[in-house]
Amino acid sequence: MRDNGIWIYIVLMALVTNLIRILPVTVIRKKIRSRFLRSFLYYVPYVTLAVMTFPAIMDAAGSPLAGLAALLVGIVAAWTGLGLFPVSIICCVSVFVLGLVS
Amino acid sequence: MMTSRERNTASALRERNGASALFAGACDALPIGLGYLAVAFSLGITARNAGLTPLAGFLSSLLTRASAGEYAVYSLMGNCAAYLEIVAVCFIANLRYLLMGAALTQKFSPDMPEWKRILSACCITDEIFGISVAYKGYLPLSYPIGATLLAGTMWGLGTALGISAGNVLPPSVVSALSVALYGMFIAIVIPPAKKDKAVLVVVVSGFLFSWMLARIPLTSGISPGVRIVILTLAIAAAAALIKPLPDEEKEESV
Repeated sequence: MRDNGIWIYIVLMALVTNLIRILPVTVIRKKIRSRFLRSFLYYVPYVTLAVMTFPAIMDAAGSPLAGLAALLVGIVAAWTGLGLFPVSIICCVSVFVLGLVS
Repeated sequence: MMTSRERNTASALRERNGASALFAGACDALPIGLGYLAVAFSLGITARNAGLTPLAGFLSSLLTRASAGEYAVYSLMGNCAAYLEIVAVCFIANLRYLLMGAALTQKFSPDMPEWKRILSACCITDEIFGISVAYKGYLPLSYPIGATLLAGTMWGLGTALGISAGNVLPPSVVSALSVALYGMFIAIVIPPAKKDKAVLVVVVSGFLFSWMLARIPLTSGISPGVRIVILTLAIAAAAALIKPLPDEEKEESV
C-alpha cells in the first residue's frame, strides 16, 4: 500500500472533507428567517470548539493535570484580552513547565 | 491594533477592494498560522507513521485542512483501512463543517455569485470560520482566501516538517506543542463568552457535558467525532430555545 494506496487515501480525504464544507452553501441560498435556526447557528461554533477542547486537551498534554492547567491558564489569558497566538503559546509553555516539574 | 483597523477598512470597501480584504485575512490569520505550524508538526508525526512523504503530507494537509479528520485518517492509513471506512470517518469527524457552512451562508451578500460562495466554504476550518463570522459586514471571498493562503500553507508546511523531523524532538516538547490547537480554540471562544452570558453558559456546558460523555463508562465508547456532533446539536438547540437571538430587524444593521 505504499505509493498509490496513500494517494488514493489522500484524495478521498480531501474530497469528502471539502464536499462537507460546500454542501450547505449550495443548499442554503438566502437569509434564514426562522429565529430558532438563526439562534441555533449562532451558538454552533462556540459549542463545537468547547466540546473539542475538553477533555481532549488533557489527553494531548500527556497528563490530565497539565491539560487542566493549560485550559485554566488559557481561559484566564484569553479573558484578559490576549490574542490567539499568545494564548496558544502560554498553554504550550504551561504544559512544558509542568512536564519538567512532575 | 492594525489588524482590526484593516478589517474595518476592508469591510467598508466591501467587495470593491478585494486586495484589502485579502491582506486583512492574511493578517488576522498570522497567529492562526503560527499555531497551525506547531499543531501540524505533531500531526506530521502521525502522518510519518502512516508512510507519507513530506511532499505528500504538505499537499494532503493543504488540500484537506482538518485537524481531527486528518489525525483519524492518518492513524487508519497505518492499518490499511477500507476506503469506505475513510469516507465514513472523514464525514463524522468533519460534520461540524456542515453546521459551520450553514452558519457561514448568513454572512454572504445576497448577490454573491455561487462560485464565490463555494470557494469561501472550502476555506472553512474551525479558526478561519471563527475569524470569518467575526468579520464586520458581508464576508467577501478574498478575506477567507487570504486567511487560507497564509494559514493553510503553514498547516501544510508544519505537516511536512513533522514528517521529516518529528522524531528529533523530545516527547515533552511534542506534548507541549500539541496543546497549541486547544489554546487557539480557547482564545476564539472566550472573548465572545465574556461579552454574551449565553455564550459563556454554552461554552461551560460544552466543557462539562463533553467531559461527562467521555468519562462515563456507558458513553465513553462513542468516538470523539460523534460526541462532538451530538453535543453540538443538543447544546446549540437548547441554547437557541432558552435564549434566542433578538428579532430580525436588528440583525440587518450588522
